[in-house]
Amino acid sequence: MEKMTNQNEPVISIKGLHKSFGDLQVLKGVDFTLNKGENVAILGRSGMGKSVLIKIIIGLLKPDKGEVIALGKNIEDLNGSELDKLRTRIGFSFQNSALYDSMNLYQNIAFPLKMNNKRLSKKDIDLNVKRLLGAVGMMDKIDQMPAELSGGQKKRASIARTLILNPEIMLYDEPTAGLDPKTSTEINNMINKVQHQFDTSSIIITHDLTCAKNTSDRIVILHDGKIVNEGTFNDVFNSEEEYLKDFYNYNFIK
Amino acid sequence: MVTKFTFRIFKEIIKPPYQLKEVINQCYEIGIKALPLISVTGFIIGLVFTQQTRAPLESFGAESWLSNFMGIAIIKSLGPLITAILCAGKVSSGIGAELASMKVTEQIDAMEVSAINPFKFLVVNRVLATTIATVILMFFCSFTSLMGAYLNIYIGDHTSITNFYQGASSSIGFLDIVQAIFKSLIFGLTIGISGTFKGFNASKGTLGVGKAATQAVVLAMFMIFVETLVIDQLFNLIRIL
Repeated sequence: MEKMTNQNEPVISIKGLHKSFGDLQVLKGVDFTLNKGENVAILGRSGMGKSVLIKIIIGLLKPDKGEVIALGKNIEDLNGSELDKLRTRIGFSFQNSALYDSMNLYQNIAFPLKMNNKRLSKKDIDLNVKRLLGAVGMMDKIDQMPAELSGGQKKRASIARTLILNPEIMLYDEPTAGLDPKTSTEINNMINKVQHQFDTSSIIITHDLTCAKNTSDRIVILHDGKIVNEGTFNDVFNSEEEYLKDFYNYNFIK
Repeated sequence: MVTKFTFRIFKEIIKPPYQLKEVINQCYEIGIKALPLISVTGFIIGLVFTQQTRAPLESFGAESWLSNFMGIAIIKSLGPLITAILCAGKVSSGIGAELASMKVTEQIDAMEVSAINPFKFLVVNRVLATTIATVILMFFCSFTSLMGAYLNIYIGDHTSITNFYQGASSSIGFLDIVQAIFKSLIFGLTIGISGTFKGFNASKGTLGVGKAATQAVVLAMFMIFVETLVIDQLFNLIRIL
């Protein structure tokens, strides 16, 4: 399916990004742009810095060098409250879902909304939470605790929680990791649904080629701390580069 | 590092938004869950301590001073100290493990990316709640300890509750009550800070959760004993002045 994107309006722009942990240099000058309405999958083997990249975008990690401009703001120039404002416009779905153990599903989803909109009435919060739970097909689990949910249900709940603040950008960290093929397909469909229904632009961090193929308009390959290839799925995977062949051999798609 | 952490707590306490509802929730969680343990332990310690004190006082023919002696011992020292030690074991380790586990499972990061200040919500609210709950629990502990002491005195001497109350309260002054409250405030603060500090700064991995819980108790207990020494000396000095 061909998706509509706006190539002229970047919502995230990264230039010369470097990040090290001690002696380990993870990012070695990453340049990357995400355009409005676009879904981009960042592929790469484990330990190549994919998650580090999106954690820098959301301000959880500080870069050593380089510039990250998200929704027109340079994240390095923002103070605490400005960064918080920007974070309400960017949703982050964690690899392990990161649902709050002590809260049920309703409370998990309502929590960011309550904390960011103190004046919102209980009725409005109820309405928003139920609308989102309906959108991710989890209304019947509303009172359940995270420990009672399956892996796929946790992922869906996590996506619903990030959507509650109506973000313009979604960052997915390994959305299909540890899921069976059927549940992975459901999550992939949900990522596409979110893009269209909520009008978001997304970065999908994954090493699942099926996920990358089905959810993204563009693929970016992160290898050895740098972006080494980008384009449509077919363009990238018709390349004869050695690191891509290695990557292929561990996936069923070819 | 603890000093910096503590300064940040005080800075965030005075900074809005104030999350009173969450403080009350935490007070309820901490207070109600620790109440049975503290009440029963207080009662037993009062009973046993009176039993142990009776013999030496009898050898001096001073057993009539038992009520006065127990009043001073429980209100000034035993009540605040037993409460603090039990809270350090139960509450500090619980907070340490809870926050460490939240850190390991990225729940703290999830708050941060949702524009929620995790330090304010998880650390400041818990420290405030622990401080308030420790003072309230101290009153319960002191009361049940006195009841334990009275039971022992009643069994030995058939003293009425009125006589026991008069004996116990005659040796207690206003400053002694202030000392007990002040001690409990400091102990509560210490328990809250130890638990949140170790939990919030836990290293990643499940090993970090266990470590945070253990270290929170060790740090809290050590600090409580040091603080007892300092506060008692301080109040002795105030009495002399």
